[in-house]
Amino acid sequence: MTDIIKLTAAEIAAKIAAGELTAVAVTEAHLARIDAVDEKVHAFLHIDREGALAQARAVDAKRAAGEKLGPLAGVPLALKDIFTTEGVPTTVGSKILEGWIPPYDATLTRKLKEADVVILGKTNMDEFAMGSSTENSAYGPTGNPWDLTRIPGGSGGGSSAALAAYQAPLAIGTDTGGSIRQPASVTGTVGVKPTYGGVSRYGMVAFSSSLDQGGPCARTVLDAALLHEVIAGHDPLDSTSIDAPVPPVVEAARNGSVAGMRVGVVKQFRGEHYQAGVMQRFDEAVTLLKELGAEIVEVDCPSFDLALSAYYLIAPSECSSNLARFDAMRYGLRVGDDGTKSAEDVTALTREAGFGDEVKRRIMLGTYALSSGYYDAYYGSAQKVRTLIKQDFDTSFEQVDVIVSPTTPTTAFPIGERADDPMAMYLADLCTIPTNLAGNAAMSLPCGLAPEDNLPVGLQIIAPAMKDDRLYQVGAAVEAAFVEKWGHPLLEEAPSL
Amino acid sequence: MTVTELVSYEAALAGYDPVMGLEVHVELGTKTKMFCGCSTELGAEPNSQTCPTCLGLPGSLPVVNAIGIESAIKIGLALNCEIAEWCRFARKNYFYPDMPKNFQTSQYDEPIAFNGHLDVQLEDGEIFRVEIERAHMEEDTGKSTHVGGATGRIHGASHSLLDYNRAGIPLIEIVTKPITGAGERAPEVAKAYVAELRELIKALGVSEARMEMGQMRCDVNLSLMPKGSTTFGTRSETKNVNSLRSVERAARFEIQRHAAVLESGGTIVQETRHFHEEDGSTTAGRIKDNAEDYRYFPEPDLVPVAPAREWVEELRTTLPELPRLRRNRLREEWGVSEHDMQSILNAGAVELIVATIGAGAPSDQARKWWMGELARNANESGRALDELPITPEQVARVAALVASGDLNDKLARQVIEGVLAGEGDPDTVVDKRGLKVVSDEGALGTAVDEAIAGNAGIADKIRGGKVAAVGALVGAVMKATRGQADAARVKELILEKLGVSEG
Repeated sequence: MTDIIKLTAAEIAAKIAAGELTAVAVTEAHLARIDAVDEKVHAFLHIDREGALAQARAVDAKRAAGEKLGPLAGVPLALKDIFTTEGVPTTVGSKILEGWIPPYDATLTRKLKEADVVILGKTNMDEFAMGSSTENSAYGPTGNPWDLTRIPGGSGGGSSAALAAYQAPLAIGTDTGGSIRQPASVTGTVGVKPTYGGVSRYGMVAFSSSLDQGGPCARTVLDAALLHEVIAGHDPLDSTSIDAPVPPVVEAARNGSVAGMRVGVVKQFRGEHYQAGVMQRFDEAVTLLKELGAEIVEVDCPSFDLALSAYYLIAPSECSSNLARFDAMRYGLRVGDDGTKSAEDVTALTREAGFGDEVKRRIMLGTYALSSGYYDAYYGSAQKVRTLIKQDFDTSFEQVDVIVSPTTPTTAFPIGERADDPMAMYLADLCTIPTNLAGNAAMSLPCGLAPEDNLPVGLQIIAPAMKDDRLYQVGAAVEAAFVEKWGHPLLEEAPSL
Repeated sequence: MTVTELVSYEAALAGYDPVMGLEVHVELGTKTKMFCGCSTELGAEPNSQTCPTCLGLPGSLPVVNAIGIESAIKIGLALNCEIAEWCRFARKNYFYPDMPKNFQTSQYDEPIAFNGHLDVQLEDGEIFRVEIERAHMEEDTGKSTHVGGATGRIHGASHSLLDYNRAGIPLIEIVTKPITGAGERAPEVAKAYVAELRELIKALGVSEARMEMGQMRCDVNLSLMPKGSTTFGTRSETKNVNSLRSVERAARFEIQRHAAVLESGGTIVQETRHFHEEDGSTTAGRIKDNAEDYRYFPEPDLVPVAPAREWVEELRTTLPELPRLRRNRLREEWGVSEHDMQSILNAGAVELIVATIGAGAPSDQARKWWMGELARNANESGRALDELPITPEQVARVAALVASGDLNDKLARQVIEGVLAGEGDPDTVVDKRGLKVVSDEGALGTAVDEAIAGNAGIADKIRGGKVAAVGALVGAVMKATRGQADAARVKELILEKLGVSEG
């Protein structure tokens, strides 16, 4: 059993296809692992045992009938609780959607099902994806499998923890300001934010529409690529989805190389907010890239210093509007409906009771930023910064093929440490936010443990829009070199739970 | 101040010039909603035409209806507007239970069409140009029904029912620039504008624009400025004025009310007003101070709309003849007065008459039936003319039967009545009811003989030269034949039998 949960998604799929394992056995092994460790980790908000086993049985039946299986058929996956799943609860980590059973599948959910991926359940997250620690979940925090007293990152901490705790070989996250990459970074796993529009947002509960992007999470670069290929592609139900072929990510992941590539290092991603051990591992990764044949070029992106400020105007503005629909009229929580109160009062009482502090903070920020008289100074200026950041990326990508940086300035911090200090929490996304504002693609993959705390450090690779394949090409080369250097994948150094 | 003694209309106009702004919402006749694939069919079970998108379920996203865009561009072109080369949707944020997302997807500072005009013709033929500010696309809200109160308004209701079938139905909002210089004719201009717009929308085929069904709704904004001034006064916004007559009455009432308030030294409050059909008055609604902030911002879930110039020009070539020009052409072809034409228009009979003529009827016959018998029937049964169960082809057939002498007017009316009663097409009704004119000389001759024999006194008078008395005998024959005789022929026969010749 232990063997099964340590397998990569690619290995599991191959063994199922070859008849060496059944999908049911694989699913049962992972469900058993969840039963064994999730009380401690709390990666899952909902486990869909029956649905998972039914899907696994269907895969086994397909194979028995001689039908062709997809490249991830029978592989278990942990789905962030932000994607709608028909008949299966979707809470977005919020009390306001407690008990809501969506009547429809997100496009991403549908694609997973069509690819015969086995969805084990829904993972924990910061409420409405607002946070960098998963502490903002209305259902309690998730522990980092490297140290259960520390945060697993956020907002997709449940997905990254599930991977690091071997509860699933694949997971889905969403990344609005770093919610896939930062959790990957602090748990020693791989996470990719695809190009905006690369993966359909239909059925993904919106936080900030112009920034939100679903993406793959895994323990290896190849697994992430295989998942990327399954979930990506044009969706007529999402107007902002890109109508172009999916970049050849799997091919790139199978042919890792950086020889002859120009790799950019951002001048601005360095300084007082960065942990020494994180910078040390990052600098070593840059040296490694050079050794592998890449040319290192420093790029200057002055507007990145404004990214955090712009983000905290745009994201709250959009969220203040996106979250207006939670009014107790049609679904979810309803408070104070005792027959004496007006609809307006019921809406207010429900929102008061149903939203957590961080969500309320951002709704208020955004409502203010969009107010007449303030719009130009706040939302308007932030959009201009966004354009400047895009220009900085454009200029940089004229000089380099990809950019690298630390994914997040520090390793996993203790649960509770930044809970009352929003500004400190926001700094976790310093290096990831510019990519969301510009809409291009980025990956985080492990590049070692920080010497001072023995916790994982992530290397971020950033590529131009629709060049997602470069992430995998570079990521696969870096991953192979590190594994060779360490003698094993980084995650093997994690304590057993 | 709850009640204001109105100033007479003449007195109001003596001291002030009215300034109007008209905002008209038109529900497009697309098969599906603006941002999802749900049906727009009216009259379905509440909430049966909904999906995750138009219910605003978490995770759902909008996709623009291409026909909605095309319709908006057609309307813009017909209103002589410029068409945006690039524009976006915007979110208008406010909470209301019948609005599923608590924001309305609309357009804000980038409307699809802007800077146009519409020339409208007043009843005396004068042309008045109404300048168009903009036409923009948006979605309709759901519908709230407030239950338990006396008025049907939310005040006093015990609970409300929500129907989201209407939520997401495409709307075009057409906003005029301030209409000045209409003076005492302002209410008439308002009515003529809305009427012309309705005809235009119908001619474009983008909506049926039935005001009584809410497919076209009008807000009348009005202010007064002292004569000679060029500074606009504070306006009131009378919402949901939903018939042509009401548009005129609302404008008139507000002119008188504003004048009364101003004359008594008061100030006009910027507020919405409710219009009351019963007495043509308006009452205060919401105060519109500047606290109302919709926090508009560009809709991030939709990509910008950038209609290709070639496409816009192609649409321009498909525009129909403007209703006003067409009406004038028809008026001349039919040889009717402005006034009669206006009546035909008001009755909604123009297209029906055109179709009846197209089916072979002479224009006077077509007009006579639709504006006479049929208009009366529609009026009595509370239906629109085009809702009557009779087609222009059937009316043309009746006219043809009259022309050929197979029917007289009286019989023709009975045929129409039969068709309306669902007895079949005109020929079937003629057969079933046996309504052919009796021109069989034998049968007629007998009836004539009997009439002469039964009215010997009258017959003598006629023989004696009082030819005018023949009417009484004709009447007797007609009675005997239950109106099926050809009256002219009857008269000839009687005179022949009595050996008298006319004149």
